[in-house]
Amino acid sequence: MNRVEMLIKLSPWLFTIGLFVVWEAAVHIFQIPVFFLPPPTAIAQAFVDYSGPIARNSWITLQTTLIGFGLAVGFGLLLGLLVGWSRAIYAGLYPLMIGFNAIPKVALVPILVLWFGIGFVPAVLTAFLISFFPIVVNVATGLATIEPELEDVLKALGASKLDIMRKVGIPRTLPYFFGSLKVAITLAFVGSVISESVASNYGIGNLMLQAQAQFQVPLIFAGLIVLAVEGIAMYAVMAMLEKRMTGWAQRSGFAQA
Amino acid sequence: MTAFVALDGVSHAYAGVNSALAVEDLSISVESGEFAAVVGPSGCGKSTLMKLATGLQFPRAGTVTVAGEKVTAPVKIAGMAFQAPTLLPWRTTTENLLLPLEIVQPYRGEMRRRKAEFRDRAERLLTSVGLEGQGSKYPWELSGGMQQRTSLCRALIHEPKLLMLDEPFGALDAFTREELWCVIRDLQAASKITVVLVTHDLREAVFLADRVFVMSSRPGRIVVEKRIELPRPRDLEITFTQAFQDIVHELRSHIVKARQ
Repeated sequence: MNRVEMLIKLSPWLFTIGLFVVWEAAVHIFQIPVFFLPPPTAIAQAFVDYSGPIARNSWITLQTTLIGFGLAVGFGLLLGLLVGWSRAIYAGLYPLMIGFNAIPKVALVPILVLWFGIGFVPAVLTAFLISFFPIVVNVATGLATIEPELEDVLKALGASKLDIMRKVGIPRTLPYFFGSLKVAITLAFVGSVISESVASNYGIGNLMLQAQAQFQVPLIFAGLIVLAVEGIAMYAVMAMLEKRMTGWAQRSGFAQA
Repeated sequence: MTAFVALDGVSHAYAGVNSALAVEDLSISVESGEFAAVVGPSGCGKSTLMKLATGLQFPRAGTVTVAGEKVTAPVKIAGMAFQAPTLLPWRTTTENLLLPLEIVQPYRGEMRRRKAEFRDRAERLLTSVGLEGQGSKYPWELSGGMQQRTSLCRALIHEPKLLMLDEPFGALDAFTREELWCVIRDLQAASKITVVLVTHDLREAVFLADRVFVMSSRPGRIVVEKRIELPRPRDLEITFTQAFQDIVHELRSHIVKARQ
Protein backbone atom coordinates (compact mmCIF):
# COMPACT_ATOMS: atom_id res chain seq x y z
CA MET A 1 0.00 0.00 0.00
CA ASN A 2 1.47 3.33 -0.97
CA ARG A 3 1.03 6.61 0.87
CA VAL A 4 -1.90 7.88 -1.15
CA GLU A 5 -3.88 4.67 -0.61
CA MET A 6 -3.01 4.77 3.08
CA LEU A 7 -4.32 8.31 3.28
CA ILE A 8 -7.54 7.31 1.51
CA LYS A 9 -8.02 4.44 3.96
CA LEU A 10 -7.46 6.70 6.94
CA SER A 11 -9.36 9.73 5.73
CA PRO A 12 -12.87 8.69 6.93
CA TRP A 13 -11.49 8.37 10.46
CA LEU A 14 -9.53 11.61 10.21
CA PHE A 15 -12.59 13.52 9.01
CA THR A 16 -14.81 12.07 11.74
CA ILE A 17 -12.30 12.84 14.48
CA GLY A 18 -11.77 16.27 12.97
CA LEU A 19 -15.51 16.99 13.11
CA PHE A 20 -15.65 16.17 16.81
CA VAL A 21 -12.51 18.19 17.56
CA VAL A 22 -13.92 21.26 15.79
CA TRP A 23 -17.25 20.74 17.56
CA GLU A 24 -15.61 20.51 20.99
CA ALA A 25 -13.46 23.56 20.34
CA ALA A 26 -16.37 25.63 19.02
CA VAL A 27 -18.51 24.88 22.07
CA HIS A 28 -15.70 26.04 24.39
CA ILE A 29 -14.62 29.07 22.35
CA PHE A 30 -18.13 30.43 21.90
CA GLN A 31 -19.19 29.28 25.39
CA ILE A 32 -22.31 27.53 24.10
CA PRO A 33 -24.41 26.25 27.01
CA VAL A 34 -24.65 22.45 27.38
CA PHE A 35 -28.47 22.46 27.13
CA PHE A 36 -28.16 24.21 23.74
CA LEU A 37 -25.35 22.22 22.10
CA PRO A 38 -23.44 19.79 24.31
CA PRO A 39 -19.75 19.20 23.49
CA PRO A 40 -18.72 15.68 22.40
CA THR A 41 -17.13 15.08 25.82
CA ALA A 42 -20.49 15.68 27.54
CA ILE A 43 -22.14 13.29 25.04
CA ALA A 44 -19.46 10.69 25.82
CA GLN A 45 -20.22 11.17 29.53
CA ALA A 46 -23.93 10.56 28.78
CA PHE A 47 -22.95 7.30 27.06
CA VAL A 48 -21.15 6.22 30.24
CA ASP A 49 -23.92 7.33 32.61
CA TYR A 50 -26.76 5.77 30.61
CA SER A 51 -24.94 2.83 29.03
CA GLY A 52 -27.64 0.34 30.11
CA PRO A 53 -30.69 2.12 28.67
CA ILE A 54 -28.78 3.18 25.56
CA ALA A 55 -27.64 -0.38 24.83
CA ARG A 56 -31.10 -1.83 25.47
CA ASN A 57 -32.95 0.72 23.38
CA SER A 58 -30.50 0.77 20.50
CA TRP A 59 -30.82 -3.02 20.28
CA ILE A 60 -34.60 -2.64 20.13
CA THR A 61 -34.37 0.02 17.41
CA LEU A 62 -31.96 -2.13 15.40
CA GLN A 63 -34.30 -5.13 15.64
CA THR A 64 -37.34 -3.06 14.71
CA THR A 65 -35.53 -1.57 11.75
CA LEU A 66 -34.19 -4.87 10.47
CA ILE A 67 -37.56 -6.61 10.66
CA GLY A 68 -39.24 -3.72 8.84
CA PHE A 69 -36.43 -3.70 6.32
CA GLY A 70 -36.70 -7.46 5.84
CA LEU A 71 -40.40 -7.11 5.07
CA ALA A 72 -39.60 -4.30 2.65
CA VAL A 73 -37.03 -6.45 0.84
CA GLY A 74 -39.43 -9.37 0.44
CA PHE A 75 -42.44 -7.29 -0.52
CA GLY A 76 -40.43 -4.82 -2.61
CA LEU A 77 -38.78 -7.61 -4.59
CA LEU A 78 -42.10 -9.34 -5.28
CA LEU A 79 -43.91 -6.17 -6.22
CA GLY A 80 -40.95 -5.03 -8.34
CA LEU A 81 -40.95 -8.31 -10.28
CA LEU A 82 -44.71 -8.06 -10.73
CA VAL A 83 -44.55 -4.48 -11.94
CA GLY A 84 -41.63 -5.31 -14.23
CA TRP A 85 -43.41 -8.39 -15.55
CA SER A 86 -46.39 -6.74 -17.15
CA ARG A 87 -46.82 -3.29 -18.61
CA ALA A 88 -50.48 -3.29 -17.63
CA ILE A 89 -49.63 -3.89 -13.99
CA TYR A 90 -46.90 -1.27 -14.25
CA ALA A 91 -49.30 1.31 -15.67
CA GLY A 92 -51.90 0.47 -13.07
CA LEU A 93 -49.76 0.39 -9.95
CA TYR A 94 -47.19 3.08 -10.63
CA PRO A 95 -49.36 6.15 -9.99
CA LEU A 96 -50.71 4.50 -6.84
CA MET A 97 -47.23 3.80 -5.56
CA ILE A 98 -46.02 7.31 -6.29
CA GLY A 99 -49.04 8.71 -4.48
CA PHE A 100 -48.41 6.44 -1.55
CA ASN A 101 -44.75 7.35 -1.45
CA ALA A 102 -45.64 11.04 -1.36
CA ILE A 103 -47.59 10.60 1.90
CA PRO A 104 -45.41 11.52 4.88
CA LYS A 105 -45.12 8.29 6.83
CA VAL A 106 -45.34 10.12 10.15
CA ALA A 107 -48.97 10.82 9.21
CA LEU A 108 -49.60 7.08 9.04
CA VAL A 109 -48.36 6.32 12.53
CA PRO A 110 -51.62 7.35 14.29
CA ILE A 111 -53.55 5.02 11.97
CA LEU A 112 -51.15 2.17 12.65
CA VAL A 113 -51.52 2.81 16.39
CA LEU A 114 -55.29 2.73 15.99
CA TRP A 115 -55.00 -0.69 14.36
CA PHE A 116 -52.16 -2.32 16.27
CA GLY A 117 -51.78 -0.34 19.49
CA ILE A 118 -48.72 1.47 20.74
CA GLY A 119 -45.27 -0.13 20.50
CA PHE A 120 -43.35 -2.58 18.36
CA VAL A 121 -45.74 -3.31 15.49
CA PRO A 122 -46.36 0.28 14.27
CA ALA A 123 -42.60 0.92 14.36
CA VAL A 124 -41.85 -2.15 12.26
CA LEU A 125 -44.60 -1.24 9.81
CA THR A 126 -43.44 2.36 9.51
CA ALA A 127 -39.91 1.15 8.77
CA PHE A 128 -41.38 -1.21 6.18
CA LEU A 129 -43.65 1.37 4.54
CA ILE A 130 -40.96 4.00 4.21
CA SER A 131 -38.31 1.68 2.76
CA PHE A 132 -40.04 -0.57 0.22
CA PHE A 133 -40.56 2.04 -2.49
CA PRO A 134 -36.94 2.40 -3.67
CA ILE A 135 -36.65 -1.39 -3.87
CA VAL A 136 -39.76 -1.70 -6.06
CA VAL A 137 -38.67 1.11 -8.37
CA ASN A 138 -35.17 -0.29 -8.80
CA VAL A 139 -36.24 -3.86 -9.44
CA ALA A 140 -38.87 -2.72 -11.94
CA THR A 141 -36.34 -0.48 -13.69
CA GLY A 142 -33.86 -3.34 -13.98
CA LEU A 143 -36.48 -5.48 -15.68
CA ALA A 144 -37.77 -2.70 -17.90
CA THR A 145 -34.32 -2.04 -19.36
CA ILE A 146 -33.58 -5.49 -20.84
CA GLU A 147 -32.07 -4.99 -24.30
CA PRO A 148 -34.79 -5.76 -26.89
CA GLU A 149 -32.21 -7.46 -29.15
CA LEU A 150 -31.35 -9.91 -26.41
CA GLU A 151 -35.03 -10.56 -25.88
CA ASP A 152 -35.34 -11.27 -29.63
CA VAL A 153 -32.41 -13.69 -29.59
CA LEU A 154 -34.07 -15.69 -26.81
CA LYS A 155 -37.62 -15.43 -28.12
CA ALA A 156 -36.53 -16.69 -31.53
CA LEU A 157 -35.29 -19.79 -29.71
CA GLY A 158 -38.74 -20.28 -28.25
CA ALA A 159 -37.98 -18.87 -24.80
CA SER A 160 -41.01 -18.20 -22.63
CA LYS A 161 -41.42 -15.01 -20.68
CA LEU A 162 -40.44 -16.91 -17.55
CA ASP A 163 -37.25 -18.16 -19.26
CA ILE A 164 -36.27 -14.61 -20.18
CA MET A 165 -37.04 -13.48 -16.65
CA ARG A 166 -34.92 -16.23 -15.11
CA LYS A 167 -31.97 -16.13 -17.48
CA VAL A 168 -31.76 -12.40 -18.12
CA GLY A 169 -34.26 -10.29 -16.20
CA ILE A 170 -33.48 -11.30 -12.65
CA PRO A 171 -29.67 -11.49 -12.93
CA ARG A 172 -29.47 -8.12 -14.62
CA THR A 173 -31.78 -6.61 -12.00
CA LEU A 174 -29.58 -7.66 -9.09
CA PRO A 175 -27.23 -4.65 -9.23
CA TYR A 176 -30.26 -2.33 -9.14
CA PHE A 177 -31.74 -4.35 -6.30
CA PHE A 178 -28.63 -4.39 -4.14
CA GLY A 179 -28.05 -0.72 -4.87
CA SER A 180 -31.55 0.07 -3.64
CA LEU A 181 -30.90 -1.79 -0.36
CA LYS A 182 -28.40 0.87 0.65
CA VAL A 183 -31.07 3.54 0.30
CA ALA A 184 -33.77 1.39 1.87
CA ILE A 185 -31.87 0.47 5.03
CA THR A 186 -31.21 4.11 5.96
CA LEU A 187 -34.86 4.97 5.27
CA ALA A 188 -35.92 2.06 7.48
CA PHE A 189 -34.09 3.67 10.40
CA VAL A 190 -35.95 6.91 9.76
CA GLY A 191 -39.25 5.02 9.81
CA SER A 192 -38.68 3.09 13.02
CA VAL A 193 -37.39 6.13 14.92
CA ILE A 194 -40.31 8.30 13.79
CA SER A 195 -42.76 5.73 15.07
CA GLU A 196 -40.83 5.12 18.30
CA SER A 197 -40.80 8.79 19.13
CA VAL A 198 -44.50 9.26 18.39
CA ALA A 199 -45.97 6.05 19.69
CA SER A 200 -43.82 3.66 21.66
CA ASN A 201 -42.35 3.07 25.09
CA TYR A 202 -39.15 1.56 23.73
CA GLY A 203 -36.35 2.28 21.30
CA ILE A 204 -33.91 5.08 20.66
CA GLY A 205 -36.70 7.34 19.39
CA ASN A 206 -38.54 6.99 22.67
CA LEU A 207 -35.32 7.39 24.68
CA MET A 208 -34.62 10.69 22.92
CA LEU A 209 -38.16 11.91 23.52
CA GLN A 210 -37.87 11.17 27.25
CA ALA A 211 -34.43 12.76 27.41
CA GLN A 212 -35.90 15.87 25.82
CA ALA A 213 -38.73 15.96 28.36
CA GLN A 214 -36.14 15.86 31.15
CA PHE A 215 -33.89 18.36 29.42
CA GLN A 216 -31.00 15.89 29.24
CA VAL A 217 -29.61 17.33 26.03
CA PRO A 218 -26.35 15.26 25.97
CA LEU A 219 -28.48 12.09 26.08
CA ILE A 220 -30.52 13.28 23.06
CA PHE A 221 -27.30 13.72 21.15
CA ALA A 222 -26.08 10.33 22.33
CA GLY A 223 -29.25 8.89 20.76
CA LEU A 224 -28.51 10.66 17.49
CA ILE A 225 -25.00 9.27 17.44
CA VAL A 226 -26.25 5.74 18.09
CA LEU A 227 -28.58 6.10 15.09
CA ALA A 228 -25.78 7.41 12.91
CA VAL A 229 -23.48 4.54 13.89
CA GLU A 230 -26.16 1.89 13.35
CA GLY A 231 -27.03 3.49 10.01
CA ILE A 232 -23.42 3.49 8.84
CA ALA A 233 -22.89 -0.10 9.99
CA MET A 234 -25.97 -1.38 8.15
CA TYR A 235 -25.12 0.63 5.06
CA ALA A 236 -21.66 -0.96 5.09
CA VAL A 237 -23.20 -4.43 5.35
CA MET A 238 -25.45 -3.67 2.35
CA ALA A 239 -22.54 -2.25 0.35
CA MET A 240 -20.49 -5.37 1.07
CA LEU A 241 -23.38 -7.59 0.05
CA GLU A 242 -23.76 -5.60 -3.15
CA LYS A 243 -20.11 -6.02 -3.99
CA ARG A 244 -20.10 -9.75 -3.30
CA MET A 245 -23.28 -10.52 -5.20
CA THR A 246 -22.85 -8.28 -8.22
CA GLY A 247 -19.12 -7.75 -8.59
CA TRP A 248 -19.52 -8.11 -12.37
CA ALA A 249 -21.48 -4.87 -12.49
CA GLN A 250 -18.89 -2.86 -10.58
CA ARG A 251 -15.84 -2.82 -12.76
CA SER A 252 -15.59 0.88 -13.25
CA GLY A 253 -12.80 2.58 -11.36
CA PHE A 254 -15.13 5.56 -11.20
CA ALA A 255 -17.52 3.80 -8.82
CA GLN A 256 -14.74 2.62 -6.55
CA ALA A 257 -12.78 5.86 -6.43
CA MET B 1 -33.50 -26.55 -54.66
CA THR B 2 -36.58 -25.51 -52.77
CA ALA B 3 -37.09 -22.31 -50.84
CA PHE B 4 -36.03 -22.61 -47.22
CA VAL B 5 -37.21 -19.16 -46.21
CA ALA B 6 -40.02 -17.65 -48.23
CA LEU B 7 -41.94 -14.45 -47.71
CA ASP B 8 -44.82 -14.15 -50.12
CA GLY B 9 -46.64 -10.84 -50.63
CA VAL B 10 -45.99 -9.80 -47.07
CA SER B 11 -47.13 -6.47 -45.64
CA HIS B 12 -46.53 -5.48 -42.07
CA ALA B 13 -47.00 -2.50 -39.78
CA TYR B 14 -46.19 -2.21 -36.11
CA ALA B 15 -48.97 -1.53 -33.69
CA GLY B 16 -49.08 2.02 -32.38
CA VAL B 17 -49.96 5.55 -33.31
CA ASN B 18 -47.66 5.70 -36.29
CA SER B 19 -48.93 2.62 -38.03
CA ALA B 20 -47.53 3.30 -41.50
CA LEU B 21 -46.50 0.14 -43.31
CA ALA B 22 -42.95 -1.02 -42.58
CA VAL B 23 -42.91 -3.42 -45.51
CA GLU B 24 -45.43 -3.76 -48.32
CA ASP B 25 -46.01 -6.64 -50.70
CA LEU B 26 -42.57 -8.01 -49.89
CA SER B 27 -41.61 -11.27 -51.54
CA ILE B 28 -38.27 -12.98 -51.11
CA SER B 29 -37.20 -16.57 -51.21
CA VAL B 30 -33.91 -17.99 -49.97
CA GLU B 31 -32.83 -21.48 -50.86
CA SER B 32 -31.56 -24.07 -48.45
CA GLY B 33 -27.83 -23.64 -47.85
CA GLU B 34 -27.81 -20.31 -49.61
CA PHE B 35 -26.10 -17.16 -48.35
CA ALA B 36 -28.49 -14.27 -48.98
CA ALA B 37 -27.79 -10.61 -48.30
CA VAL B 38 -30.42 -7.89 -48.04
CA VAL B 39 -29.29 -4.32 -48.61
CA GLY B 40 -31.24 -1.11 -48.69
CA PRO B 41 -31.43 2.46 -47.48
CA SER B 42 -31.69 2.90 -43.73
CA GLY B 43 -35.18 2.55 -42.29
CA CYS B 44 -36.37 0.43 -45.22
CA GLY B 45 -37.70 -2.37 -43.05
CA LYS B 46 -34.69 -4.71 -43.14
CA SER B 47 -35.02 -5.46 -39.45
CA THR B 48 -38.75 -6.09 -39.92
CA LEU B 49 -37.81 -8.69 -42.51
CA MET B 50 -35.62 -10.39 -39.87
CA LYS B 51 -38.41 -10.40 -37.34
CA LEU B 52 -40.94 -11.77 -39.78
CA ALA B 53 -38.63 -14.56 -40.93
CA THR B 54 -37.91 -15.70 -37.37
CA GLY B 55 -41.49 -15.55 -36.15
CA LEU B 56 -40.98 -12.66 -33.76
CA GLN B 57 -43.63 -10.70 -35.70
CA PHE B 58 -46.47 -11.94 -37.83
CA PRO B 59 -47.47 -10.18 -41.04
CA ARG B 60 -50.70 -8.24 -41.51
CA ALA B 61 -50.96 -9.74 -44.98
CA GLY B 62 -49.16 -12.46 -46.96
CA THR B 63 -47.45 -15.59 -45.70
CA VAL B 64 -44.06 -16.45 -44.25
CA THR B 65 -42.80 -19.99 -44.70
CA VAL B 66 -39.66 -21.41 -43.09
CA ALA B 67 -38.49 -24.99 -43.70
CA GLY B 68 -41.73 -25.83 -45.45
CA GLU B 69 -43.99 -24.70 -42.63
CA LYS B 70 -46.06 -21.56 -42.28
CA VAL B 71 -44.61 -19.44 -39.48
CA THR B 72 -47.09 -19.00 -36.63
CA ALA B 73 -44.66 -18.95 -33.68
CA PRO B 74 -40.95 -18.21 -33.13
CA VAL B 75 -39.19 -20.63 -35.45
CA LYS B 76 -36.71 -22.11 -32.92
CA ILE B 77 -34.36 -23.30 -35.67
CA ALA B 78 -32.80 -19.87 -36.15
CA GLY B 79 -29.73 -18.29 -34.62
CA MET B 80 -29.53 -14.51 -34.52
CA ALA B 81 -26.76 -11.95 -34.13
CA PHE B 82 -27.09 -8.19 -34.09
CA GLN B 83 -24.94 -5.09 -34.35
CA ALA B 84 -24.58 -5.07 -30.54
CA PRO B 85 -23.12 -8.34 -29.21
CA THR B 86 -25.69 -8.39 -26.32
CA LEU B 87 -23.64 -10.77 -24.20
CA LEU B 88 -24.60 -11.26 -20.56
CA PRO B 89 -21.95 -9.51 -18.45
CA TRP B 90 -22.40 -11.85 -15.49
CA ARG B 91 -21.56 -14.90 -17.57
CA THR B 92 -18.20 -15.99 -18.94
CA THR B 93 -17.77 -16.42 -22.69
CA THR B 94 -18.46 -20.16 -22.44
CA GLU B 95 -21.51 -19.65 -20.24
CA ASN B 96 -22.79 -17.06 -22.72
CA LEU B 97 -22.48 -19.62 -25.50
CA LEU B 98 -24.41 -22.19 -23.50
CA LEU B 99 -27.40 -19.85 -23.07
CA PRO B 100 -29.30 -21.03 -26.19
CA LEU B 101 -28.82 -24.64 -25.11
CA GLU B 102 -30.51 -23.80 -21.83
CA ILE B 103 -33.56 -22.61 -23.79
CA VAL B 104 -33.94 -24.81 -26.85
CA GLN B 105 -35.17 -28.40 -26.77
CA PRO B 106 -33.90 -31.11 -26.82
CA TYR B 107 -30.71 -29.64 -25.32
CA ARG B 108 -32.58 -27.97 -22.52
CA GLY B 109 -33.63 -31.24 -20.94
CA GLU B 110 -30.16 -32.72 -21.41
CA MET B 111 -28.27 -29.77 -20.00
CA ARG B 112 -27.23 -31.45 -16.78
CA ARG B 113 -26.31 -34.79 -18.28
CA ARG B 114 -24.41 -33.49 -21.31
CA LYS B 115 -22.85 -30.36 -19.78
CA ALA B 116 -19.26 -31.49 -20.42
CA GLU B 117 -20.07 -32.33 -24.02
CA PHE B 118 -21.74 -28.94 -24.52
CA ARG B 119 -18.73 -27.18 -23.04
CA ASP B 120 -16.49 -29.02 -25.50
CA ARG B 121 -18.75 -27.95 -28.32
CA ALA B 122 -18.52 -24.33 -27.14
CA GLU B 123 -14.73 -24.58 -26.99
CA ARG B 124 -14.56 -26.01 -30.52
CA LEU B 125 -16.78 -23.24 -31.80
CA LEU B 126 -14.62 -20.61 -30.10
CA THR B 127 -11.54 -22.17 -31.66
CA SER B 128 -13.14 -22.02 -35.10
CA VAL B 129 -13.55 -18.24 -34.81
CA GLY B 130 -10.07 -17.70 -33.38
CA LEU B 131 -11.01 -17.42 -29.71
CA GLU B 132 -9.21 -20.51 -28.48
CA GLY B 133 -8.87 -20.60 -24.70
CA GLN B 134 -10.89 -17.41 -24.14
CA GLY B 135 -13.90 -19.25 -22.72
CA SER B 136 -13.32 -18.34 -19.08
CA LYS B 137 -13.10 -14.61 -19.76
CA TYR B 138 -15.95 -12.20 -19.11
CA PRO B 139 -17.32 -10.14 -22.01
CA TRP B 140 -15.78 -6.90 -20.78
CA GLU B 141 -12.36 -8.53 -20.93
CA LEU B 142 -12.79 -9.04 -24.69
CA SER B 143 -12.35 -6.48 -27.47
CA GLY B 144 -15.35 -5.41 -29.57
CA GLY B 145 -14.37 -7.80 -32.37
CA MET B 146 -13.94 -10.70 -29.95
CA GLN B 147 -17.33 -9.96 -28.40
CA GLN B 148 -18.92 -10.03 -31.84
CA ARG B 149 -17.23 -13.38 -32.58
CA THR B 150 -18.66 -14.68 -29.33
CA SER B 151 -22.08 -13.42 -30.35
CA LEU B 152 -21.75 -15.32 -33.65
CA CYS B 153 -20.82 -18.48 -31.77
CA ARG B 154 -23.85 -18.05 -29.54
CA ALA B 155 -26.02 -17.84 -32.65
CA LEU B 156 -24.56 -21.15 -33.89
CA ILE B 157 -24.17 -23.29 -30.76
CA HIS B 158 -27.54 -25.03 -31.06
CA GLU B 159 -26.75 -25.95 -34.68
CA PRO B 160 -29.55 -23.87 -36.20
CA LYS B 161 -30.72 -24.46 -39.75
CA LEU B 162 -30.96 -20.72 -40.33
CA LEU B 163 -28.62 -17.91 -39.35
CA MET B 164 -30.05 -14.38 -39.28
CA LEU B 165 -27.49 -11.58 -39.10
CA ASP B 166 -28.66 -7.99 -38.61
CA GLU B 167 -25.72 -5.71 -39.43
CA PRO B 168 -23.47 -7.83 -37.24
CA PHE B 169 -20.27 -6.04 -38.25
CA GLY B 170 -21.62 -2.49 -38.33
CA ALA B 171 -19.95 -1.31 -35.14
CA LEU B 172 -16.49 -2.71 -35.90
CA ASP B 173 -13.44 -1.07 -37.45
CA ALA B 174 -12.69 -1.84 -41.10
CA PHE B 175 -9.93 -4.39 -40.48
CA THR B 176 -11.80 -6.35 -37.83
CA ARG B 177 -14.86 -6.31 -40.06
CA GLU B 178 -12.96 -7.88 -42.96
CA GLU B 179 -11.50 -10.49 -40.62
CA LEU B 180 -14.99 -11.41 -39.51
CA TRP B 181 -16.21 -11.61 -43.09
CA CYS B 182 -13.70 -14.42 -43.53
CA VAL B 183 -14.81 -16.03 -40.28
CA ILE B 184 -18.44 -16.11 -41.35
CA ARG B 185 -17.49 -17.18 -44.88
CA ASP B 186 -15.61 -20.20 -43.50
CA LEU B 187 -18.32 -21.07 -41.00
CA GLN B 188 -20.92 -21.09 -43.74
CA ALA B 189 -18.75 -23.05 -46.13
CA ALA B 190 -18.15 -25.69 -43.46
CA SER B 191 -21.74 -26.08 -42.25
CA LYS B 192 -23.78 -25.20 -45.34
CA ILE B 193 -26.20 -23.36 -43.09
CA THR B 194 -28.72 -20.99 -44.69
CA VAL B 195 -27.75 -17.40 -43.93
CA VAL B 196 -29.71 -14.19 -44.26
CA LEU B 197 -27.49 -11.16 -43.77
CA VAL B 198 -29.01 -7.71 -43.44
CA THR B 199 -26.48 -4.98 -44.05
CA HIS B 200 -25.94 -1.58 -45.62
CA ASP B 201 -22.37 -2.38 -46.57
CA LEU B 202 -22.46 -3.31 -50.27
CA ARG B 203 -18.93 -4.72 -50.32
CA GLU B 204 -19.84 -6.97 -47.43
CA ALA B 205 -22.96 -8.17 -49.22
CA VAL B 206 -21.17 -8.87 -52.50
CA PHE B 207 -18.20 -10.56 -50.85
CA LEU B 208 -20.27 -12.94 -48.75
CA ALA B 209 -23.53 -13.60 -50.55
CA ASP B 210 -24.73 -15.93 -53.29
CA ARG B 211 -27.58 -13.55 -53.94
CA VAL B 212 -28.10 -9.91 -53.01
CA PHE B 213 -31.58 -8.42 -52.60
CA VAL B 214 -32.03 -4.65 -52.78
CA MET B 215 -34.92 -3.18 -50.82
CA SER B 216 -36.74 0.06 -51.57
CA SER B 217 -37.18 2.78 -48.98
CA ARG B 218 -40.08 2.49 -46.57
CA PRO B 219 -42.46 0.70 -47.02
CA GLY B 220 -39.88 -1.87 -48.07
CA ARG B 221 -40.14 -4.11 -51.11
CA ILE B 222 -37.52 -6.06 -53.03
CA VAL B 223 -36.67 -4.00 -56.12
CA VAL B 224 -33.65 -5.88 -57.44
CA GLU B 225 -32.35 -9.38 -56.99
CA LYS B 226 -28.77 -10.02 -58.12
CA ARG B 227 -26.96 -13.35 -58.23
CA ILE B 228 -23.26 -12.97 -57.40
CA GLU B 229 -21.39 -15.27 -59.76
CA LEU B 230 -17.94 -14.73 -58.25
CA PRO B 231 -16.23 -18.11 -57.73
CA ARG B 232 -15.85 -19.62 -54.26
CA PRO B 233 -13.89 -19.81 -52.07
CA ARG B 234 -13.52 -16.05 -52.24
CA ASP B 235 -10.43 -14.34 -50.94
CA LEU B 236 -10.39 -10.76 -49.62
CA GLU B 237 -8.25 -9.89 -52.67
CA ILE B 238 -11.33 -10.37 -54.82
CA THR B 239 -12.79 -7.16 -53.40
CA PHE B 240 -10.15 -5.23 -55.36
CA THR B 241 -10.94 -6.79 -58.74
CA GLN B 242 -12.81 -4.98 -61.49
CA ALA B 243 -15.58 -7.60 -61.58
CA PHE B 244 -16.26 -7.09 -57.88
CA GLN B 245 -16.23 -3.32 -58.17
CA ASP B 246 -18.63 -3.44 -61.10
CA ILE B 247 -21.17 -5.42 -59.09
CA VAL B 248 -20.87 -3.03 -56.16
CA HIS B 249 -21.37 -0.08 -58.51
CA GLU B 250 -24.39 -1.62 -60.10
CA LEU B 251 -26.02 -2.34 -56.73
CA ARG B 252 -25.16 1.13 -55.54
CA SER B 253 -27.03 2.72 -58.43
CA HIS B 254 -30.08 0.63 -57.50
CA ILE B 255 -29.89 1.86 -53.90
CA VAL B 256 -29.62 5.46 -55.05
CA LYS B 257 -32.77 4.94 -57.11
CA ALA B 258 -34.48 3.18 -54.21
CA ARG B 259 -33.88 6.17 -51.96
CA GLN B 260 -35.66 8.54 -54.28
